[in-house]
Amino acid sequence: MIRLQDVSLRIGRGSNRPGRTPFRGFGWRGGRRTPEVLQGVSFAVPAGAFRWLLGPSGAGKSSLLRVLQLAVLPSTGQFELFGTEVQRARRSQLVRLRRRMGVVFQDLRLLPELSVFDNVALPMRLAQVPEPRVQADVIEMLSWIGLGRRLQARPGELSGGEQQRAAIARAVVLRPPLLLADEPTGSLDAPQALRLMELLMELNQLGSTVIVATHNDQLISHFKAPCLRLERGRLVEGE
Amino acid sequence: MRRQGLPAMPPAARRADGLGLRRAIPDRMLPSVVAAMAFLAALAFAGAVGAHALAARWSHGAGAIVTVQVPDPQAPAAIGTASRIDTVLATLGGTGAIASRHRLGAQELDALLQPWLGARSGLLALPLPAVLQLRLQPGAGLPATLAATLAGAAPGTLVEDSAAWSNRLLALTYSLQACAALALLTVAAVAGWVVALATRAGIARRRGAIELVHGLGGTDSYVAGRFARRTGWLALVGGAIGALVALPVLAQLSRLAAPFTAGASDQALPGTVIGSQTGLWPTLMLEALPLPLLVGLPALPLATGLIGWLTAQATVRAWLRRLP
Repeated sequence: MIRLQDVSLRIGRGSNRPGRTPFRGFGWRGGRRTPEVLQGVSFAVPAGAFRWLLGPSGAGKSSLLRVLQLAVLPSTGQFELFGTEVQRARRSQLVRLRRRMGVVFQDLRLLPELSVFDNVALPMRLAQVPEPRVQADVIEMLSWIGLGRRLQARPGELSGGEQQRAAIARAVVLRPPLLLADEPTGSLDAPQALRLMELLMELNQLGSTVIVATHNDQLISHFKAPCLRLERGRLVEGE
Repeated sequence: MRRQGLPAMPPAARRADGLGLRRAIPDRMLPSVVAAMAFLAALAFAGAVGAHALAARWSHGAGAIVTVQVPDPQAPAAIGTASRIDTVLATLGGTGAIASRHRLGAQELDALLQPWLGARSGLLALPLPAVLQLRLQPGAGLPATLAATLAGAAPGTLVEDSAAWSNRLLALTYSLQACAALALLTVAAVAGWVVALATRAGIARRRGAIELVHGLGGTDSYVAGRFARRTGWLALVGGAIGALVALPVLAQLSRLAAPFTAGASDQALPGTVIGSQTGLWPTLMLEALPLPLLVGLPALPLATGLIGWLTAQATVRAWLRRLP
């Protein structure tokens, strides 16, 4: 499902392009090399597993999630996702891989000019799901998550918790085989956070692989699961 | 297939793409600049059409004709026993560069003299020369020794070869055509550059949304297509405005240029829809335009739209290549 072998990542100019070594020739421009935010990370997560992604701030959790969600490609090492070697994949293959995952971003990234309905419907429409099914699934999802009466509201009209729920609804509306969440309960109170985690666990029990980055010790102790622990860009637990 | 207990579907569930291109590429700036470019392109195109018409007229008209005047045509030639005119005609008959020759008759000579001598010029006892009009083979020139040969056989014979100045004028019109084509290309390049700048500004404004759409599985062709549709439409609108503004100017220019390109003051340009009147009414303006402009002007918005569409496609795809 997910396999990383000795993956390293430098964030910066050129690091997004496949087949290009980041910072090649950058030394004489910048005068110094940016340190690696991930160093020699290796782990495998089987299909249908749940993993907590833990570590102090700056440990590289968000960077690892960006690698997993194909927002950046590793500088070195091997990354295999759904049986596809990512660095060697064509762009069209990467698009197909992205459509098989849902992502809850730390900063939510709801589009302010779209309604809640259209925000949640966006991944379905990009995947060219027929509109009647989009309508039905989005309404069902938003109703389940408690936003059934806010379909036409803009994100700016929602509370922080409602926005977070809308972002989660967008991530799971396609029932993706892989769900990546970066601090998904950050804006939620304890009961809402528990309810959200129950949703993610339910999705996991239905077969989705779920990786959640969090600092919330209460959640970690409430929902026991294996963890991947990062420190200073290195994986220290879960290899 | 509505499910029990669920809220009603949104009343206007448009297929919102999230890219927010109306905000990314505003309605006014791009069409205004493209309209100015289209106006300049229309003028350049009109210049090319006018130069082409002049070149066509000169290469097929006066420029291809050589006039030979033989004074005292029936007198014996300096060599042999034939008359001077027969000797000249025989010499010309052996010159390969001449496609055809025609001796003007009395009525044609009268018509030529009429502007200077009046309607009764034929009755005047003037010793008129014989006048021959020669039409040359395309691209051919008279032999350099022909004038001397004719003058030897029939002293006083004049050869008026307009090829020299005609060739210069032709070279000038071809240069004008090349300049007009270069101006068209420059205008098209500037229009493309403006569209590229507007597209890049739009990408910068909506970078977060583009990255999100990309991350959610949007393809390059989807994102580039949305941008291209927007910029293509705005460029088409700008091109239409520019063409409409150019229409009365070109109609007036066409009317003024008609005598020079048609050869007679009251004749329309070759290919012109008949009717030399012009005015502000669209039908009158359209009637004044030569056929190439009548076809080219409506094509201008299509060309600007195509430039906008292609440029946006290329610009957005190039930018997206920065993402994995």
